[in-house]
Amino acid sequence: MSCSDQSGLDAEFSTFGRPGGPTVRPVHDEFHGDLLEVSMGPQHPSTHGVFRMVVTLDGEQIVKLKPVFGYLHRNHEKIAEGTSYLASMPYTDRLDYLCSMSTNWAYALAVEKLSGQAVPDRAQYLRIIMAELTRLVNHSCLVGFLFNDLGTSFTPLLYAFREREKILDLFEALSGSRMMCNYQRFGGCRVDPTPEWLAAASALVDNFPRFLDEYETMLTGNEIMLARTQGVGRLDPQHAINAGLTGPVLRASGVDYDIRKVDGTGFYPRFDFRVPLGAHGDTYDRYMMRILEMRESVKILQQAFKALPAGPIMDPKAKLRGFRPKAGEAYGRLESPKGELGFYLISDGSPNPWRYRVRPPSLINLTLLEEMCLGHTIADSVVILGSIDIVLGEVDR
Amino acid sequence: MNLETLPLQFRDWIVSLFPGALQWFVHHLLSITAILTFFGLFFAFTTIAERKLLARLQNRLGPNRSGLPWFRRLKLWGLTQPFADAIKAITKEDVVPAVADKVLHFLAPVVIVAFSLLGFAVLPFGRHLIPVELDAAILYFFAAGTATELAIFMAGWGSRNKYSLLAAMRALAQLISYELPLILSVVPVILVVGTLSTSEIALAQGGWTWGIIPHWHVFTPWGFAGFVIFLVAALAESNRSPFDLPEAESELIAGHLTEYSGFKYALFFMAEYFGLTALSGLGVTLFLGGWQAPFAFLEFIPSWLWFMTKLAGMIVFFIWIRGTLLRLRIDQLTRLAWKFLVPLALLNLGNAAFWTLTAGWTGPLVLVRWGVSAAIVIVPFLLLGRRLSAGYAPRTYRYAA
Amino acid sequence: MLGSGILKGLGVTAKNFVGSYHDPKRMVTEEYPDTPAKLPEAYRNFPFLVTENATDPMGTLRCVACQICEKECPPQCIYIEKSKDKKPDATGKPQLYPAVFAIDTAVCMSCQLCVEVCPFDAIKMDQVFAVAATNRFEGLLLNREQLAKPNEYFHQIRPTEAAEVDGRLTAERKAAEEKAKAAAAAKAAAPAKPAAPAATPAPKPAEGGTAS
Repeated sequence: MSCSDQSGLDAEFSTFGRPGGPTVRPVHDEFHGDLLEVSMGPQHPSTHGVFRMVVTLDGEQIVKLKPVFGYLHRNHEKIAEGTSYLASMPYTDRLDYLCSMSTNWAYALAVEKLSGQAVPDRAQYLRIIMAELTRLVNHSCLVGFLFNDLGTSFTPLLYAFREREKILDLFEALSGSRMMCNYQRFGGCRVDPTPEWLAAASALVDNFPRFLDEYETMLTGNEIMLARTQGVGRLDPQHAINAGLTGPVLRASGVDYDIRKVDGTGFYPRFDFRVPLGAHGDTYDRYMMRILEMRESVKILQQAFKALPAGPIMDPKAKLRGFRPKAGEAYGRLESPKGELGFYLISDGSPNPWRYRVRPPSLINLTLLEEMCLGHTIADSVVILGSIDIVLGEVDR
Repeated sequence: MNLETLPLQFRDWIVSLFPGALQWFVHHLLSITAILTFFGLFFAFTTIAERKLLARLQNRLGPNRSGLPWFRRLKLWGLTQPFADAIKAITKEDVVPAVADKVLHFLAPVVIVAFSLLGFAVLPFGRHLIPVELDAAILYFFAAGTATELAIFMAGWGSRNKYSLLAAMRALAQLISYELPLILSVVPVILVVGTLSTSEIALAQGGWTWGIIPHWHVFTPWGFAGFVIFLVAALAESNRSPFDLPEAESELIAGHLTEYSGFKYALFFMAEYFGLTALSGLGVTLFLGGWQAPFAFLEFIPSWLWFMTKLAGMIVFFIWIRGTLLRLRIDQLTRLAWKFLVPLALLNLGNAAFWTLTAGWTGPLVLVRWGVSAAIVIVPFLLLGRRLSAGYAPRTYRYAA
Repeated sequence: MLGSGILKGLGVTAKNFVGSYHDPKRMVTEEYPDTPAKLPEAYRNFPFLVTENATDPMGTLRCVACQICEKECPPQCIYIEKSKDKKPDATGKPQLYPAVFAIDTAVCMSCQLCVEVCPFDAIKMDQVFAVAATNRFEGLLLNREQLAKPNEYFHQIRPTEAAEVDGRLTAERKAAEEKAKAAAAAKAAAPAKPAAPAATPAPKPAEGGTAS
């Protein structure tokens, strides 16, 4: 899946007028007659970031799809080899920029595994609270943008974003920044929330199901939405497992694999929540997975606010500066809102990691895009891409 | 001073200022000027109303900062936004592709606006306020409206861009598919009233039962079905959501309007709004009683005000639909037209025929009449609806153990 | 029934339309810049240097040019040059001071690591965000004079944090004074014994951070 360019083909007919208009070029194939090769992106009107799909069409049907990415590659992993472990933490905010709290946690998890660092109880609960709030944020974004791709003129997007703004305001009051939170540290959390913050967060979480109910009333039974998403982009569970997909995309195909349950990350085993599973693996199932997961997140949050113990938020033995883990390797993984987010670190005893690798769930989930889109029209391909939930910061790092 | 006849008195006064030979000419020139000015301004305010209504629907404020040129403090709630947009559209550079067919490329926006405006000539805006009294008004209306589709093809062909031609053909497929339900939904009205003249159809919807239930066609079973089909078809004819696939951003090509910029682009959208307004006006005339008041005690309000209110109500409804619904895919769109709307419209025709034949029934037979008519509407709707939405249903989900 | 989902959707949008006129939870738009932005206390943008005394900013910077923030800054946007001479700080002890302290705010990513690692509470995060400039190096590369802001300003923008910092610093200075007095007393009492080294405030590792 390299970023190869259109080499060896004739001059293109570019469209004048609107920017972001796709470049089209007829492709002559001896078996199929005239196939049309369209390059959608990297500037899309239907966003998702700088991502390009080179789609070959036979009439309306897609016969071949090649995703091209790398437009947002920022050398994150190489930069991490040259900076200290702590200094990489703000960079992890910018990987999956919608879910900075859980990305921070995954990185902190890997480093704590590497150095054998303990984490106090209150910090564990806070981490779960932040991760589940992030899940609410991310899934709101996803359902909003999915409906935007489907053609509503921004209405469901703005409703979802209205709720997301309230959570982002909470993050700003706590960590100083809405999205680039830089909140987790090795051995705990950076800032202790005040009782006012906890009360406001608790009230918001209690109100959240009402927004979900309104959203579902508006959209889940909508006949046009059902016709556009059911049966579109089916994903076979065996293929999904073989390709290493994780997250709601995998669970929509019916595979029961949630790292919160499998690994028991942090204090998740203390919470009572269910994992929803789909049956058909189409776009509708992937959308409903997110809605149901949001409801489960609300349950987890309500339990967490009740059970949050008092105590320190950082382990007293944790060192901020001069952190040198012993030589070794560690892989720390989490159920981020997009899937299995993992950090693989190899340390050689120095203050900087010898190798730093991110397992980006968006990228791995994207590998089956072609299979999901074959046989559908180009309007469907945009919807399928939206339902996989990619963030280019994570795909390209 | 009678508010009801004020426009007519004004027109007669101006005509009387001119010598006899020119009077006919001035009379019609006034009608044309009045329609152009009034509906030009109506278009401007439809755009701002759309933006502000959509905004409120989406929990935000719409444009509210464009005040007046020299009095910066006065924001006027953003109501002068359309004039600002017009100035912007006029001053933009007009890019014409070098290989394009210059004549067709230039004529397409002109033709589409001209033919969309022609439809306004036969709408009865008030009791005696109809610009041209035609016996075959509805026929003329649809002839003029269908000619706008020609302009879309001119735009696609004249651009000399293979892909904008393909997109124009697809837009045309949508428009032609929905002409049929549009016209078929109107035929029952013609059948029942017995005339093609719009002013007589508006007159025929007068009268109230017990002073509060108007005799509008929409309050009869066949009229209600016809009105709903008309609404759906009108949305599709004006390329509005949920049928705005030709203008969609996620579609293959930017559409038949690719090669247009500046004022010509604005003209296409003006034509779309004029078409929508004209169709709404026709819908009001045929189904919502035209200029008739809804209740007997409200008859003192001038008839043209009623017409405008109903017209504005329909436009607000269309904007509401736009803010809520998703876009249909092209195959779903055409399937909806041919397999759902056309059969229902044909059955509606039979329903209207039954209604006309049983016009003489009185007493308890009136209930039978209404019941049978309602059944002819509801039963096929449920059957066809079930077939159309087969396989699509909300699902329940299981949870991992 | 076909169409019931659509009708329910229309109902929800109508409810939002009506609600946008009277319910502040629905109409969440704030007309900036007519209404000022409401920032929470914890909001951080670019760093600034704290000075004890507004009348003599360069002379009362808390910064002692230890260069820890320069080392820890991930994008390396801080540039410090130590001075050659020493000046007395708030406790009277002679300390180095930064002859040059520049932050390239075009590079700074507002991560706040410099604030966390500073042992002297000398650099804190500011909240000014309207910093558009026409020239990158004259407008966005801030030098020592532009970065220095008084402690009163710190109290204004972050009252809780500033109060906690002040409390801690006063306590430390008091402890240092007591220790110096005790050491002087011990020295006076036992002149043969070598004097205990003056207590310096130890750098604070792995702080839990301030509650804000």
